[in-house]
Amino acid sequence: MAKLSWAARLYIGVVAAVTAALIVQGPFTGIAWPDVVVLGVIVVIFESTATVLRPKELAWSPNSAAMLAAAILLGPVGAALVGACTLFGLRRGPSLAQRIFNTAMFTLSAYLAGQVFLALGEHTGPPDSGSYPLVIGAFTAAALTHIIANYGVLSGVLRLTRNPQAPDSHARMGVSLRLILSDLGYAAFGLLIAALWGELKAFSPVLVFVPLLVARWAIAQFAEQQRAYEATVSALCQAVETKDFYTRGHSERVSRGSVMIAREIGMRGERVEAIRYAGMLHDVGKLGVPTKVLQKTGKLTEEEYAAIQLHPMRGLDIVREIGFLDEALAGIMHHHERIDGRGYPMGLAGDEIPEFARVLSVADAFDSMTSTRSYRGARPIHEAIAELRKWSGTQFDPAFVDAFVAAIKREGWQQPEAPAVPAEELVSMDAQDHDDPTAPLRVTDGF
Amino acid sequence: MNERTKHELRRFPWQVQDSGQWLLVAAAGVLLVASVTQTVDDDHRDARVAVAFGVLIGFGELLRLSLPDDRESAPIATAGALGYALLIRVGSARLPQSAMHSAQQVVTVAAIGMIIGAVPHLAVGRPARVGGMAARLLAVAAVAFIFRPLAGTKVIDHYWGVALAVMASLVILALLVEAVLSALMRADEQRARFWVTLVDEMRVQLPLGAAVGASALLISFASEVMGLWALAVFTAPLLVTQVAFRRYSGIRATYLQTVRALAKVTEIGGYVETGHSERVSRLAVAIGRELGIHEPELLELEYAALMHDIGQLSLSDPIPGGATVLVSREDQDRIAELGAEVIQQAKVLGSVAEIVRRQNEPYRDIDFVPNEQVGEAGSPGPPLSSRIIRAANAFDDLVGGSFDPARATEAVHRLQLDTASEFDPRVVEALSRVVHRRSLIQL
Repeated sequence: MAKLSWAARLYIGVVAAVTAALIVQGPFTGIAWPDVVVLGVIVVIFESTATVLRPKELAWSPNSAAMLAAAILLGPVGAALVGACTLFGLRRGPSLAQRIFNTAMFTLSAYLAGQVFLALGEHTGPPDSGSYPLVIGAFTAAALTHIIANYGVLSGVLRLTRNPQAPDSHARMGVSLRLILSDLGYAAFGLLIAALWGELKAFSPVLVFVPLLVARWAIAQFAEQQRAYEATVSALCQAVETKDFYTRGHSERVSRGSVMIAREIGMRGERVEAIRYAGMLHDVGKLGVPTKVLQKTGKLTEEEYAAIQLHPMRGLDIVREIGFLDEALAGIMHHHERIDGRGYPMGLAGDEIPEFARVLSVADAFDSMTSTRSYRGARPIHEAIAELRKWSGTQFDPAFVDAFVAAIKREGWQQPEAPAVPAEELVSMDAQDHDDPTAPLRVTDGF
Repeated sequence: MNERTKHELRRFPWQVQDSGQWLLVAAAGVLLVASVTQTVDDDHRDARVAVAFGVLIGFGELLRLSLPDDRESAPIATAGALGYALLIRVGSARLPQSAMHSAQQVVTVAAIGMIIGAVPHLAVGRPARVGGMAARLLAVAAVAFIFRPLAGTKVIDHYWGVALAVMASLVILALLVEAVLSALMRADEQRARFWVTLVDEMRVQLPLGAAVGASALLISFASEVMGLWALAVFTAPLLVTQVAFRRYSGIRATYLQTVRALAKVTEIGGYVETGHSERVSRLAVAIGRELGIHEPELLELEYAALMHDIGQLSLSDPIPGGATVLVSREDQDRIAELGAEVIQQAKVLGSVAEIVRRQNEPYRDIDFVPNEQVGEAGSPGPPLSSRIIRAANAFDDLVGGSFDPARATEAVHRLQLDTASEFDPRVVEALSRVVHRRSLIQL
């Protein structure tokens, strides 16, 4: 883990100090110590086995439920002590500073939750039958306090430790309503544990955590399937790229370029994901074009030209079965249309062309021009941009050209290195690139 | 579209559903009628409680969940129904009241809740899945008829430890009953062996089943303490579990679709005859079921069969007609190896790559010495799945998409003649049974 800036360290120190000061004050009388121990052990167990999901979702553990149960059963100080048991988690990963921070954060949130619960007129200890339904309201308030305190303190430290080098804004934590609602859902376990504590004692959390652990298992499975899915998509792309040595990485770059444009024009998150896949899979239809056509150096016959023009449709055939790709399919099918209506396969014009397709076509042409091909070297970026502008309005959508240029000026564009070509017989090479707007396919005049 | 749906288009619904499912539904129906009449006759107890649970069960049925491999579950409905069956006391502002409803009432309320919850699914055209509902109802009924008489007894009333133990055992029983009934239906439908199907069913249902069971116990205990509010509070955690499962099912379905797309590439590229991979895959799976292979391995077999020709993409031009038998053994092996590499890169399903890599190996090659095991006559040879694909591939190369039974029989005959060293005799026998059954359906 990178060294922490002094600002981050100061922040962690302050949080820890405030927490310690609050606890040290609080009344230590009337706390059921055996219960503290039981809940503390639970926190330690879950802290030791926490799963770290994608960076956006952070480490997810059922500790919040245990701490909120403590808030009800043991009051603010007891809850804080239970929260402090986070320190004893046996996981190897986190550094000392991280541990101290996590412990302080949880302790503070638990303490505040306990205070809110008391402030709303409830008493500590297992709720009796008379308390319902009002206690549910008080509990929800305490849970919300816990969640907000958590995120608040956490976002502070994330902002201070954000790596300025990383261009991806993936590290930014999106606190959405959905995340809060799901956290509230898990927090409900705390109430159940507290409610059943009177009857079932320590057995109560055991019973309550089973659905939680199952949910966690399902999420882990989800993450695994997601990885496998990504790997399969890239295998699909690679299958395409074995046909022409020079187009290695083309799909990935088109994907990246499309995402840049999409973000620049402010597309919603899910659609950006969809366009990422559209970019990766846009040329998959090339597999349907016979190799000898792609490798022909002379002029193409009408038939051969038609075969190339069909490749967007064949691409559609292959990926049509994939359920969630709906809008991406339209992008794949129409990525060779032109604004002036002289593209293929359907000759759509202007706004008839789906948005995804218009984005893809800009990124596609740009990468083609800035990569090395078997018949010419790569062109520098400024030249490629000039070409884009030249054809803006006729071939490309002007809005997306502008967006792309703006994005490149801000983030730069990594041109691929010229590949070292092994002996020519061993690799497959296309003789003409259908994506290159500066070198249109040469077709015979018929007969 | 699989074979079943093609036949469905020509027949009426009641002729299509398998007999096992209708038997189950009939049993549940009889039980339901008996319970309703009984409940209406006796004075029904605790209407408020009954309605609350009924609403929960209906809500749960509405939120049915699809699981991978064409399964369905209604965790909230099952948990609610079991909770109602295991209810001892319902807390309230004054004294907790003992829950005195009968087993028949449990069945009635559960059934009504389920049916009402299922109506919206029917309205939007989704399949009714009455088989699954019947299985759930029967499982709940089993628990209800055992526990309701015990609910009022002193032992259960005073010793929560005993109550917990009894209730936990009954919940396990309910899950077992549901698994057995579902496995019966599935084995019938898919023509698979019952024990294999049962083990697979239990393995798949275990995680969600555990969550359902624990939730049922929680509802029962929590109702004592919180009254009917327990139903509202407890739903949140199980809902979250359900959402997690839904996401998992979704991404798995997408992933499998993408693998199929990858497999289709050889067809689009003209390397393989249209429909060949799909046919080989279906035949291989049918053979696998016949031989009692478990579901996870069956899935790998399915996808290995779909992708067995993918190495051909490396060829700059397709072999005419995709007939790999025309190509030399070294070339065949090279294609298989390249295919295995592509698949490995895609991280597809465990040992699919290995299965594809070894699909060309003859069953017992006297001249061929594998480098891991030094030439003993009894060396293990290629994995079972590879052997199945080899046979299925050979069969389809001979028959193609033709439905002509005579041609099929002749092809089987040829494989049988080759059996000594080329193909595994067990596999060929299973293949011949499957083909024979299919030709009966065509007539």
